[in-house]
Amino acid sequence: MSTDALWYLGRGTGVMALLLLTAAVAAGVLTWSGRTVAGVPRFAVAVVHRNAGLIATVLLVVHVSTLLFDPYAQLKLADLVVPFTSIYRPLWIGLGAAAFDLLLAIVVTSMLRTRIGLRGWRAVHWFAYASWPLALLHVLGAGSDAGQAWLRALAVTCFIVVAGAATWRFAGRSREVPV
Amino acid sequence: MHIDWTACRGHGLCTELLPELLDRDRWGYPLPRTDSTVPGELEAPARQAARLCPRLALHLNAT
Amino acid sequence: MTIIEESPSNTRISRLLSAAAADLDQHHAISGPVPWRKGTGKLIGDVQAAGLTGRGGAGFPTWRKLAALATAEKPVVIANGAEGEPASTKDAALLTRAPHLVLDGLQLIAETVGATAVYLYVKPGPAADSARAVLAERAAKRWDRYPVRVVEADRTFIAGEESAVIAKISGRRALPFDKRRLIVHSGLNGRATLVQNVETLAHLGQIARNGPDWFRRLGTAEEPGTFLATVGGPVARPGVYEVPIGIPISALLELAGGATEPAQATLIGGYHGTWLPYGALGHTPLSRAALAPLGGSPGAGVVLALPRSRCGLRETATIVRYLAAQSARQCGPCRNGLPAMAALFDDLAQGRGGPGSVAGLHELSTVVRGACHHPDGSARLVRSALDTFDAEVRLHLTGRCSAGDPR
Repeated sequence: MSTDALWYLGRGTGVMALLLLTAAVAAGVLTWSGRTVAGVPRFAVAVVHRNAGLIATVLLVVHVSTLLFDPYAQLKLADLVVPFTSIYRPLWIGLGAAAFDLLLAIVVTSMLRTRIGLRGWRAVHWFAYASWPLALLHVLGAGSDAGQAWLRALAVTCFIVVAGAATWRFAGRSREVPV
Repeated sequence: MHIDWTACRGHGLCTELLPELLDRDRWGYPLPRTDSTVPGELEAPARQAARLCPRLALHLNAT
Repeated sequence: MTIIEESPSNTRISRLLSAAAADLDQHHAISGPVPWRKGTGKLIGDVQAAGLTGRGGAGFPTWRKLAALATAEKPVVIANGAEGEPASTKDAALLTRAPHLVLDGLQLIAETVGATAVYLYVKPGPAADSARAVLAERAAKRWDRYPVRVVEADRTFIAGEESAVIAKISGRRALPFDKRRLIVHSGLNGRATLVQNVETLAHLGQIARNGPDWFRRLGTAEEPGTFLATVGGPVARPGVYEVPIGIPISALLELAGGATEPAQATLIGGYHGTWLPYGALGHTPLSRAALAPLGGSPGAGVVLALPRSRCGLRETATIVRYLAAQSARQCGPCRNGLPAMAALFDDLAQGRGGPGSVAGLHELSTVVRGACHHPDGSARLVRSALDTFDAEVRLHLTGRCSAGDPR
């Protein structure tokens, strides 16, 4: 594959992953509210949460792999696991690596949740609230599109979506009142 | 079908997937309509409900 | 005040309380040494032949639990003396007056299932103090073969629930947990666990000494033996009495010196029990067979008389408020439903009830549920009160009360 193609694939999968992760986080927040949003069945929102999360993870694996093979990025395998040690833009890449590691932990524990049990699974799942902001920051600074207006607009939109879901969830009335 | 009431928080995903077996009480918690046996034709949505429950509160035991 | 009485008409009826001893030497003189069977499983046949059932309220055949544990690895045995039921004092009475009977039974059960850990779970106070002192004496004189660890229960209604007992012994608070598997298969730390009421253990020890036929001489054919009843309310001598299963309620009240005021109803079984109108059903035998068709059961042996001068609804409202406050609050339907039921019942009892009150209470009583039987038991009391005191209900709906102004 030409380096340009790899580069486009890396950028494309990265942006898509952000969108899907945003959808996953928003859907996750809405599922936990126990209330129905806009007539969409609650189980459907839960399915969106899980599928968006899984697809985002797959895209991220591709994203990370393409950048490993990209000579311009000069990424080593270790940079993915140990954040902030890359040669190229260590801070911004590191944020991505950290977000990715947290996401992997979440995905693995979710797949094994019946064995781990509720408390362990939930404890790791809370890292989603760390992983997603790290991912957002990574997007803003790490890639060659950083600074572009369209990317900034995208990032702001993602932020509004998650903030909106969180506000709706926590500002809504408690479910434990007569419906 | 076994509900762990200490874990259940009334998210109500199960009540959407198994309306034939579960009603929903005024506080959002599932209300079994009959006994807790899942008929064969509802096994698939029952498994999905157990998998999707955000609190791992729904379990299916073999009978 | 708790008085422990032998039946004046037949002292041989008392088998537990008459064998009470002030210390180990006296216990040895009265009852002899622990009748060890020298092996696991050897006692189960006698217990089955005797037909002993649990005296903690559930009435489960004891031999079945023993059999389930005898084949398990590393079984745990727990004597349950928590007695969370406020209307019951029999376990405390047994542990302060005849603790050796309980502890002998505990040793015998430990031997017959091959226990690897033995606990006495006891309500803090005189019962716990007595138990500790007695265990120390037994250990010093090498009377016990299985060391017994004492764990004090929480002072809550729910502390005596089987899984709450195990939770407390595990180091957590005495709150019930979800039971996907039976406790006899998986209880404390996943091990097979036997939780047995202290009175059951006392009977078991006596069966081991005297044989199953002796045990069957009193009681009924299907429910043999005696049980400890706690009689309360306006009777001359409230307290704990040992009586044969099947004794009519009225005979028990006579044993307690008779009612000092005419009784309109009796609460049978405790706060999760049922109200029986005394005029119509005062002669009902206290047995599962006689009470089941009436929707009740002897439970843990509580019999509480209600005089005509008091209002059955107001008494029940107080109990339901207590039960709601005693919810472990782990399960949504109980945490929400019991207070709602208590509030509605209060309205009715205070003369504020409306046309929907009774229907609302019935509806709530069918939907409260949870990981343990606290909500179901509380619902049963509510339904029973609405049924037995239905005339009172009609009166209250017009703003009046037979015991005076409700407002």
